[in-house]
Amino acid sequence: MALITDFLVQGGQMLLILLLAPLLTGWVRTLKAQLLRRRGPSLLQPYRDLLKLLRKEVVLAESASWLFRVAPYLIFAAIWVAAALVPTFASGLMFNWTADLIAIVALLGTARFFLALAGLDVGTSFGGIGSSREMMIASLAEPAMLMMVFTLSLLAGATELTTVARFMLAADVGLRVSLALALLALLIVAIAENARIPVDNPATHLELTMVHEAMVLEYSGRHLALIELAASLKLLLYISLIGCIFAPWGMATAGAGLPAYFIGVAAYLGKLALGGFLLALFETSIAKMRVFRVDQFLGVALMLGLLGALLLFVSRSL
Amino acid sequence: MPLPLLLSLSMALLTVGIYAIATARHASCSRRVYSVALAISGVALILVLTHLLTASAPATLTLPLSLPWLGAHFRLDALSAFFLIVVNLGGAVASLFALGYGQHERAPERVLPFFPAFLAGMNLVLLADDAFTFLFAWEFMSLTSWALVMAHHQESANARAGYLYLVMACFGTLTLLLAFGMMAGPNGGYDFAAIRAGEMTPGLAAVVLILALLGAGSKAGLVPLHVWLPLAHPAAPSHVSALMSGVMTKVAVYGFIRIVFDLLGEPMAWWWGGLVLALGGITAVLGVLYALMQHDLKRLLAYHTVENIGIIFIGLGLALAFQANHMYASAALALTAALFHILNHSLFKSLLFLGTGAVLTATGERDMERLGGLIHPMPWTALAFLMGAAAISALPPLNGFVSEWLTFQAILLTPELPQWLLKFLAPAVGALLALSAALAAACFVKAFGITFLGRPRSPAATQAQETDRYSLVAMFTLAALCLLAGILPGLVVDSLAPVVGLLNGGAQLATQHTQPWLTLAPIVDAKSAYNGLLVLLFMALSGTAAALLIHRFASSASRRGPAWDCGFPDASPATQYTAGSFAQPIRRVFGSIVFQARERVTMPPPGDGRPARLEVQLRDPVWDYGYAPITMAVIAASTRANHLQYLTIRRYLSLVFGALVVLLLGMALWR
Repeated sequence: MALITDFLVQGGQMLLILLLAPLLTGWVRTLKAQLLRRRGPSLLQPYRDLLKLLRKEVVLAESASWLFRVAPYLIFAAIWVAAALVPTFASGLMFNWTADLIAIVALLGTARFFLALAGLDVGTSFGGIGSSREMMIASLAEPAMLMMVFTLSLLAGATELTTVARFMLAADVGLRVSLALALLALLIVAIAENARIPVDNPATHLELTMVHEAMVLEYSGRHLALIELAASLKLLLYISLIGCIFAPWGMATAGAGLPAYFIGVAAYLGKLALGGFLLALFETSIAKMRVFRVDQFLGVALMLGLLGALLLFVSRSL
Repeated sequence: MPLPLLLSLSMALLTVGIYAIATARHASCSRRVYSVALAISGVALILVLTHLLTASAPATLTLPLSLPWLGAHFRLDALSAFFLIVVNLGGAVASLFALGYGQHERAPERVLPFFPAFLAGMNLVLLADDAFTFLFAWEFMSLTSWALVMAHHQESANARAGYLYLVMACFGTLTLLLAFGMMAGPNGGYDFAAIRAGEMTPGLAAVVLILALLGAGSKAGLVPLHVWLPLAHPAAPSHVSALMSGVMTKVAVYGFIRIVFDLLGEPMAWWWGGLVLALGGITAVLGVLYALMQHDLKRLLAYHTVENIGIIFIGLGLALAFQANHMYASAALALTAALFHILNHSLFKSLLFLGTGAVLTATGERDMERLGGLIHPMPWTALAFLMGAAAISALPPLNGFVSEWLTFQAILLTPELPQWLLKFLAPAVGALLALSAALAAACFVKAFGITFLGRPRSPAATQAQETDRYSLVAMFTLAALCLLAGILPGLVVDSLAPVVGLLNGGAQLATQHTQPWLTLAPIVDAKSAYNGLLVLLFMALSGTAAALLIHRFASSASRRGPAWDCGFPDASPATQYTAGSFAQPIRRVFGSIVFQARERVTMPPPGDGRPARLEVQLRDPVWDYGYAPITMAVIAASTRANHLQYLTIRRYLSLVFGALVVLLLGMALWR
């Protein structure tokens, strides 16, 4: 019986994040529009877009290969699995131990690898520019993220997210310089990885500075729908990750029963809403950066992450 | 009884080599040589696998060969059994590949005799149990591989690569000779058992460590001794490149492990680990940065070997640091990570070189700027190469990720180390490791994307055809092993346990295959765990479910049309991104510091019909600051010494007299 409940909770979490992801994207878009004094689309617009794309036929470029058709499913699967392994409303779920934080970062790397390849597949200059820049950004963002993981694991003694979240919930963590540095590094990485302003602009389509949109330029129909959904899931993943590590309040433990789960879900929704709001606020208050400034921006994240880890090597109390 | 059998198999390989000298010009010789080599490597593989998996006791054998007062000592223990697996697996797969690939060889008489001899040489290095046999086999391996590098010696680049290789190999053997001499001591106990039993002073042991690092490191490709490797490995035929890069570098690592971990015993100072760790970190990042700047597919892969050797040495350095502080549990993790990466690298690097060989056969090109779109004519080769590329980029659920994950977990244990320098070094090396993993992914997006995806950039790429069946079977064997080692890492870690125990005073990791769901949990599963099998299963389930649901309930219609490209479709394949343009952002970010990369655009004035030119200038810091001064000094000294050839007889006589006086004076002062 317990096994079935565990399964149900785990499956429920997977479905929950899948259903919430477009809503989060819509929420950020609406907020951004309203901050600019526009009315903005409905909150449900991303769902309508996805459904419409799913029903449309796919137009494949003549030079597209099998990789181009397989990649959307692979990217979607990798990101969904990665997102499902991050504790959202409850920690210690049945399969949370399948992959620790390093493995989650690497799973996102798998998705990025195939997305960049798909960008090169048709053989157009826009696809190439996107892939090349995406890999440049990732080559700085991924080490920064791993340094953040180092900091956390030095503090919590584990790279397992459930253990980290429980450690952070314990009262004796307190305010630490290293954690602040790690949070800052994670925020910068999250912005870069989700193709957000100032690194990339999710709303543009005809600008030479675009990265993510350039890679997916040749996609249409259901393939595009999957990639859009995967992008939304990735945004959700990062906000959940920040919530799970730096604000684990209200998170239920596995097998805590329905009331605790409800509190957990409510807290999780609150965190998502707040995260989306802060993201929209940040994005409207800053301008897009030149591509060759991005490396300095991400270099800051890398150095912050390294500094956080080094501080902990010096003293466990920092 | 596996040891005498293994030795006779090596002898059989040598016999095959001699047979090939006689019949190499015969059309059927190639097939015969490679199939016998395949059979012998296969039998040897089964023998050593059973030896390692049954955790048998070490076997020794002394033959009345070599030096009359010494005899040839041979020994098969867990360490040599593990490396024999790597060698014979690589040898078997390369032979299988060559059954098809060897048919296209232009100069079979220069390849066939040396290929089995090269395999035999590597086997003998691993079995040797005294310094003389070891060095003899080591030199034999170097010379046979040099002959294979020189197989196509008419190309001037190959001749230069061969020369450089020979110089570096001589240097490496010289340092190893000195290292063994120091270990053997004044009484000349050259067999390994005597060396193990002997006592060494810490100072002498440190010198041996540095000599071993120079000798084995120059063969393995440790920065700054790597310069020959990216020239020599690509010069050989592709299946030999696979062996040199995937396997021979591992034999070099074996030499280092045997000397430092086994013969020297416990590390005597903490800085040993720090030195190896720092060298490993620098090698990893520099190797991948070099690789990113390459357009030649084989040279790119060779530079990646340098990177992966760096990762292996990071693991070994951590193990030394832990052992010096008597933290054997942590050392076991670091050693497991290093050994696992040795196995992994031999699998995916051989696979990638074989894939390149298939591309080379199909198109005659290894310059990426002239390839492209090969996924259409060569879908299977593309799939195998893609798996190798994903594995080397450390992407889950393949095997490269597991060993890098284990290395990261070992780095996370370093705060327990008491030495401050190591405390600072370890996270910095962690950052370098993370950087090299991310850059490797970028590099393989480039390697696969430019070669196999897009549109063909030359007529050769348009007319390519899928490679033969032998080659495909060889590549897919390796690809399947990459996947298996990635999803069942616990089984690999368990079979590495005897090796780790041997090198680590008996301490090894906890048994992994009893973990629930075959999870890999090297320390405690609440701290860190990874389950490649479940990750693969989840990905396969969610991907398939999405595909089925969408095709069933939404739409499965698709249509072909011209590329969209934002409304500016370009007819010419020359407008695609090239390898050079793909690497440009990374060149700008990292290359401007490391390689002093400079770009210059020459734009003709308006009305001038000449094309604009973009020139990129890269400088190799290792060559400029390390080798160039040495070469200059050697040339200057030899020009000076050249005068000695044109002296009169009187001056020669006075020179001889002067030298005699100096020597006698020296003798007198020495006394």
